Amino acid sequence: MTPGLWTLVIGVCLLAGLLGLTTGMIWIERRLLAQFQDRLGPNRVGPLGLFQPIADIIKLFMKEDWMPPFADKLIFVIAPGIIVVTVLLAFAVVPITPFIKVSDANVGLLFFLGMASMGVYGIVLAGWASNSKYSLIGGTRAAAQMLSYELPMGLAVVSVVMLAGSLRLSDIVNAQPRLWFCVLQPLGFVIFTIAGIAEARRTPFDLPEADSELIAGYHTEYSSMKFALFFMGEYLDIILVSAMVTVLYLGGWHGPLLPPALWFIIKMFAVIFLFVWVRAVLPRYRYDQLMTLGWKILLPLSIVNLVATGAVMLVMR
Amino acid sequence: MNAVQELQARFPDIEFTQQQTGDGIATLWLDSARLREVLSYLKSEADKPYRMLYDLAAIDERARRIPADQPECDFSVAYHLLSFDRNDDIRLKIPLRGEYPSAPSITDIWPNANWYEREVWDQFGINIENHPCLRRILNPPDWAGHPLRKEHPARATDMPGYTLTEESHQREEEGLEVDPESWGLASEGDDVEYMLLNFGPHHVGTHGLLRLILQMSGEKIDDLAVDIGWHHRGAEKMAERQSFHTYIPYTDRIDYLSGVQNNLPYLLTVEKIAGISVPDRAQVIRVLLCELFRIANHLVWFGTFASDLGAMSPVFFTFNDRERVFDVVEAITGGRMHPQWFRIGGVSADLPEGWDKLVSDFLAYFPARIDEYEQIIVRNAIFKHRTKGIGLYTTESAIEWGVTGPNLRSTGLDWDLRKKRPYSGYDQFDFEIPTATEGDSYARTVVRIEEMRQSLRIIKQAMCNMPAVPYKSDNRLAMPPRKEETMVAIETLINHFLAVSWGQPIPPGEAMISTEAPKGNYGYHLISDGSNYAYRCHIRTPSFAHLQTTPILTKGLLVSDLITILGSLDYVLADVDR
Repeated sequence: MTPGLWTLVIGVCLLAGLLGLTTGMIWIERRLLAQFQDRLGPNRVGPLGLFQPIADIIKLFMKEDWMPPFADKLIFVIAPGIIVVTVLLAFAVVPITPFIKVSDANVGLLFFLGMASMGVYGIVLAGWASNSKYSLIGGTRAAAQMLSYELPMGLAVVSVVMLAGSLRLSDIVNAQPRLWFCVLQPLGFVIFTIAGIAEARRTPFDLPEADSELIAGYHTEYSSMKFALFFMGEYLDIILVSAMVTVLYLGGWHGPLLPPALWFIIKMFAVIFLFVWVRAVLPRYRYDQLMTLGWKILLPLSIVNLVATGAVMLVMR
Repeated sequence: MNAVQELQARFPDIEFTQQQTGDGIATLWLDSARLREVLSYLKSEADKPYRMLYDLAAIDERARRIPADQPECDFSVAYHLLSFDRNDDIRLKIPLRGEYPSAPSITDIWPNANWYEREVWDQFGINIENHPCLRRILNPPDWAGHPLRKEHPARATDMPGYTLTEESHQREEEGLEVDPESWGLASEGDDVEYMLLNFGPHHVGTHGLLRLILQMSGEKIDDLAVDIGWHHRGAEKMAERQSFHTYIPYTDRIDYLSGVQNNLPYLLTVEKIAGISVPDRAQVIRVLLCELFRIANHLVWFGTFASDLGAMSPVFFTFNDRERVFDVVEAITGGRMHPQWFRIGGVSADLPEGWDKLVSDFLAYFPARIDEYEQIIVRNAIFKHRTKGIGLYTTESAIEWGVTGPNLRSTGLDWDLRKKRPYSGYDQFDFEIPTATEGDSYARTVVRIEEMRQSLRIIKQAMCNMPAVPYKSDNRLAMPPRKEETMVAIETLINHFLAVSWGQPIPPGEAMISTEAPKGNYGYHLISDGSNYAYRCHIRTPSFAHLQTTPILTKGLLVSDLITILGSLDYVLADVDR
């Protein structure tokens, strides 16, 4: 098999797997939340309620796809697509095992950061195109939030790059065969995870959505599959951030006994579990507090982390 | 020197007419022209002043069957003042003559008179002179007539059938459009153009049908107007067509979260007018159920408050625990949210066998849960950040705006009617009044959490000391009437039949007894003209007073804070709109 064909096969499989996993996330999240909340959760459709996501999707397909007459039609339609596409593109550089990867670009990390930043366009444009005040507030909140959290995220990642000496994600994984970077970079690990939660717009940083304040924030006016695309985007974001945490800090596919792909999946699911757990437990920040946390706490901390890493590396050399 | 003598000494030129009322509150009639100076005197100049405007209501006097012992008039307006220093009330009434009379506005003396006066105009057509924003409050803007006037029909069958024409639909829609100036809002400031955000009436964060019009610059709220009335059912009008007995179920639905707590002030007032004394067992049963409902109410409040702040789990925990409260309530009363179980002169039935086991099981289970709620939410850092310093009352501002209950106690004033004016034998129980000093959303949370613990103490004492006497008064007027002598003679049979089917006439009188409901002080101002139904029933609800303070609490804060404040106030729209 030629390398090009292999990449294509992997790419298609990855896409299918991701979409399947996104659907599965509906079940995972609903069941897990139910367990945290003394409930049973969906358990009627199929064994253990496993077919619930399918039922949910059929329901979403059947919903009336209503477009507000006051909306900016073109942008309104494109916006949800942008979110999903950018996140899916970012997956291209994530190495699952040395063999299962689509692109091993030498600027993989930059590509990930770039695509993550692109995602916010989808939200801001959705908020803008809806031409509704609640959506607009949600959209502006999202823009400010993403901006504030991408800086600490980027700076935290720079320390990892310094340790690994490469922007290529497979090199970063290979730099931590035994000792994971979450041990060498505990602060960076925490900052990246927090920023990742904010990136995925999850509690306690779900301000763009903020159901009790803004009804549904940026996707208030959306319905049917366009609405579902936002949810796909959110779930894909969770999976992406979890995968990146695994790659950058948890040693990627490295681990004893079990096959590499399995290790990767186990680690990734552990982070996904953390995401759902946090959602079940925490209240939401207020807009200004979110900003304070991003700019006044996380950003300085990530700079300190960067400087400390550099200093230690200098001394070690 | 009591308040009446004081007023007579201070205003020798005013002719005060004293009216006897069943509740013992000094009730003075005076000319409406002198009302404002007397009120100002009572509020600010008098020794130990009457600092709170507790209630304000109008009465249509034109249809009384028996003329009351009072100055002749067509309408009257009653101003109910409360003094915390004296622990005393005074009621001033002004007689108004004419078909559509006028009364002076007192909003510059008490800002909280604003909504009450709007209600008086809306419901009675009494014009309020110099009112800042005299528009309908409970009825829709295009409503024809003033519903609480006696000539306004009380039944749908007395009115022409309702049809929604294209035209009236259009008119209703237009009535919803926001005209900022008419609400006292501005659409632009010095160098900003404000965004006006219509918040509700269907909004997740408003806990029911409530509409707010926010005047915002960015996410900051510069001012807001509150539009209520979406949940108005005409509860006061219904009281004028239901017998005293059959009105009880309607009271359950005023504050629909606190069940029998609604029955109590109504029945205490009826019993006061009728002169019925309630046996001890019934009193303790009432206390037991009231405290169970206090816990149920606080649980709903706590869960929904946490969910307002974005924490999604507590609401499931608290509703789960509320079900356990309801299990006890259901075993005792047969009902859950609206048991309508208290009766004139007692309660509906005796406690069932095994009730104490259920109650003690709950008592054993629940304290650990309160601790857990404190742990997961109240001590959570984000929760503290979101609630501390948000929605500040001072004791003065709270009194100024008629705020009572936990919201008042969170400012440091330990005003609790269960202690200050014990009713239903609350003086026999050993419990404390939790207070806080900060007066913010966090303090209100802490106070309510502690109140649940105190309620548990009361429930335990009620359970352990349940008296063994009848659960219903044997007074002739108690409902349902005694059945023992029904079959003795045709006379007794007829009497029983009439009492059951028509209700029993309650002697003429007037009273208002307030209780410490979960949300604050809650009272029914009842007037009987000797009929089997109330001549006038005015309901003083805490939520109405509390919701009116939203603009002053939220000015300069963010939308998220507005949600925090609305959640922390613990109101129910059914309680606001009646």
